[in-house]
Amino acid sequence: MAFNYDKYLRLEKMPTLWCWGCGDGVILKAFVRAIDKLNIDPNDVCVVSGIGCSGRFSSYVDFNTVHTTHGRTVAFATGIKLMHPDKYVICVAGDGDGLAIGGNHTIHGCRRNIDITMILINNFIYGLTNSQTSPTTPQGMWTVSQKSGNIDPTFNATNLAIASGASFVARETMLDPKKLEKVFVKAIEHRGFAFLDIMSNCHINLGRKNKMANAMENLGWIDSITTPLKKWEALSDEEKLNVFPTGILKEDTTAREYCDMYQDVIDFHQGKRKTITQDDFAKKI
Amino acid sequence: MATREVISTGNELSALAAKDAGCRFFGGYPITPSSEVMHEMSDLMPEVGGVCIQMEDEIAGVAAAIGAGMAGVRTMTATSGPGISLKAENLGLAQMAEVPLVVVNVMRGGPSTGLPTRVSQGDVRQAKNPSHGDYRSITLCAGSLAECYTETVRAFNLADRFMQPVFVLLDETIGHMHGKAMLPTEEEVAQGIVPRKTFDGAPEDYLPYQCEQDQPAVLNPMFKGYRYHFTGLHHDAKGFPTEEIETCRKLIQRLEDKVMMHTDEIELNEEFMLDDMTGAEGEVLIIAYGSVSLAAKEAIRHLRAQGIKAGLFRPITLWPSPAESIKKYTDMIKNVLCVELNIRQYTEEIERVSGRLDLEGLYKVNGRPISPYEIVNKVKEVF
Repeated sequence: MAFNYDKYLRLEKMPTLWCWGCGDGVILKAFVRAIDKLNIDPNDVCVVSGIGCSGRFSSYVDFNTVHTTHGRTVAFATGIKLMHPDKYVICVAGDGDGLAIGGNHTIHGCRRNIDITMILINNFIYGLTNSQTSPTTPQGMWTVSQKSGNIDPTFNATNLAIASGASFVARETMLDPKKLEKVFVKAIEHRGFAFLDIMSNCHINLGRKNKMANAMENLGWIDSITTPLKKWEALSDEEKLNVFPTGILKEDTTAREYCDMYQDVIDFHQGKRKTITQDDFAKKI
Repeated sequence: MATREVISTGNELSALAAKDAGCRFFGGYPITPSSEVMHEMSDLMPEVGGVCIQMEDEIAGVAAAIGAGMAGVRTMTATSGPGISLKAENLGLAQMAEVPLVVVNVMRGGPSTGLPTRVSQGDVRQAKNPSHGDYRSITLCAGSLAECYTETVRAFNLADRFMQPVFVLLDETIGHMHGKAMLPTEEEVAQGIVPRKTFDGAPEDYLPYQCEQDQPAVLNPMFKGYRYHFTGLHHDAKGFPTEEIETCRKLIQRLEDKVMMHTDEIELNEEFMLDDMTGAEGEVLIIAYGSVSLAAKEAIRHLRAQGIKAGLFRPITLWPSPAESIKKYTDMIKNVLCVELNIRQYTEEIERVSGRLDLEGLYKVNGRPISPYEIVNKVKEVF
C-alpha cells in the first residue's frame, strides 16, 4: 500500500512554494517516512528551519515547528533541546544558511555533540534570492553575484562536520529516496549531533545558467559528482578532488552527548557527584 | 513585607532574581561588564535543575534563550551594548513571534567597543528599538541594588504578560556595586509569579495568534500536543506565513497596541522629595534614572540643606516612557535638569512628552559616574 503522508503534512499549506522538480520535496517525504518508520509521536518532534527555500520546510510538516532567523537553526534548537533532552529536535538548513551566515553555529553544534539532527539541504546556490554564490557553489560556475564565474573555493560540508566533532556524519543525495529515508532513520536514532549533507538540485537558479536547465540535467550532474564511500576510497587522489563520497562517513556511538554531560553538571550542583575532572574524559586535550 | 538582607552586587542580584522568578534557562556569552550575571547563573541554574550555557557568540546566546522560551520555560540572556547590537535581529524575531524573554543589559561606554570597563547609559535609545520594524520595547532600569533584584523579577512577569522580550538596564556602576540590599523573600516572589496564559481546549481549536487587538499571543509550551508554527514572517492566527493585507496590518498594529493600551501595567516611577513641590519660583526638578539617580538624591539633600528646594523624578520603566507623569511635573516646575550618562538620549523623550525645549541638561560621556557635587554645581550655575 502506498505510504500515506497526510498524517504528517499540513495539507492546507500545499502546494509548497518550491519550484517544479525541486529536490526539497523528495527530502521532506523521506524525512516524514523516517519519522513514521521510527514510530515517533509527532508531538515529540520539533523541526527548526532557517531562511531560504529550505526555511519553508518547517511550515509544511505537522510537528512543533520553528522558522528562525538566517543561519541560526542550531542555536535555537540548542535551547529547545536542552530543555527537552528526551524529545527529537531536527534542524533543516540550506547551504548558505548552515555554512555561510550560520557556519559558526554548525561548528559548535558539532563540537558540543548535542543530540540534534541537522539536515543540510545543499543545492549549491542561494535559490530563493535568485542565484547568488553559496559556500558550496563550484568554482567556475555562473552566479548572479559573480557573472564572470565563481572564483570562491568551496566548502566540503562533511569534512567541516567531522573536524568539528559531530559524532554522526553522512552524505546522501535526493536521487535515492530509499537511501535518504534510511540515513534519516539512523541519524534520528543516533544520540549526538548528526550532520547530514543532503545534495539537492536547483535547476532554476543554479542550472539555468550552468548548462543544466532542467531537473534531469541537474540531477545527472549531482550523480556525476557523488559515489558511495567504498568506491570513493578506491579513487586516485586526483579523482577524489571532483567526487564527493556518499553514505555514513562517521559514526561514533561512544562520544558523550551534551545534554547527558550537562546532567553531570546538574548532579554536581545538587550534591550528587564530585567535581567533573579531566579523568572523566578519554580525550584530555 | 517580609524581607531578607543580602550583601551582593547588582549583577549577582539580577541572577538571583531570575532564579527566584522561575527562570530555568540562561544563554549567554562573556562580555564586560555583564559576565558576572552568567557566572552566577552557571551555579544557580543547575542547582534548580535548569540550564546555563555559554554559547559560541552573542547571537547564539540569545537564540538559545529564545528557543527555550519557545519550548515554554522562563528564560534569560545578559550582555552589554555590543552584545545587544549582535542580538538585535533575533530580538526582533522574539518581538514578532511573541516569545517572552528577559534581557539584562549592563551598560558600558559606546559606541563600538567604547569603554568596556566604564559606566555609561548609552544604550537607552538602543533599548527602545534594537532591531528593525515596528514594535514597542519594554525597558526597565534599576536605580539601586535592591532594584537589580526586584526589576528583574518584574521583567519576567511582564515578559509573560505581554509575550515579548523585556529589557532590564543596569550599568557598570550598579552592576559591580557591592553592598547590602533588602529583598523580598523567595516565597513572596514565588507567590507573585504570573505565568504566561495557555490554551487548554482541543488542539484543533487552538489559534495561538488569534487574540483581541490589545492582547498578546497565547503560546502553549512545546511538546504538549499543540503543534503550531513560530516564524519571523508576518503570520496568520495559526502562526503561518501570510501576505494577506488586513492580517498583516492587524498583526503589526497589535504589537503596538498590546503594549501601548496597557502602559498602566508597565509604568513605575520613584518620586523623591517631590511631595512638597508647589510650582513656586526657584523649585528644581531633576530627572534621572539608573545609578545616576543615587548621585541625584545625594545632590538634592545638599541643595535642600542650602535652601534650594529640589526633588527627583525617576522613571524606573524607561520604555514606554511615563509620559503623563513626566508632564505633570514639567508643567508644574519651571527649572528642570536632566542628568544622564549619555548625550540627551532620554532628554529627547522628555522634551517630546513635556512639549518643552527649555530643559537644562548635565550629560557626562567620559566613562565616569556623575558625582553629587557636579549636579549641585550645575543646578547653581543654570538656575
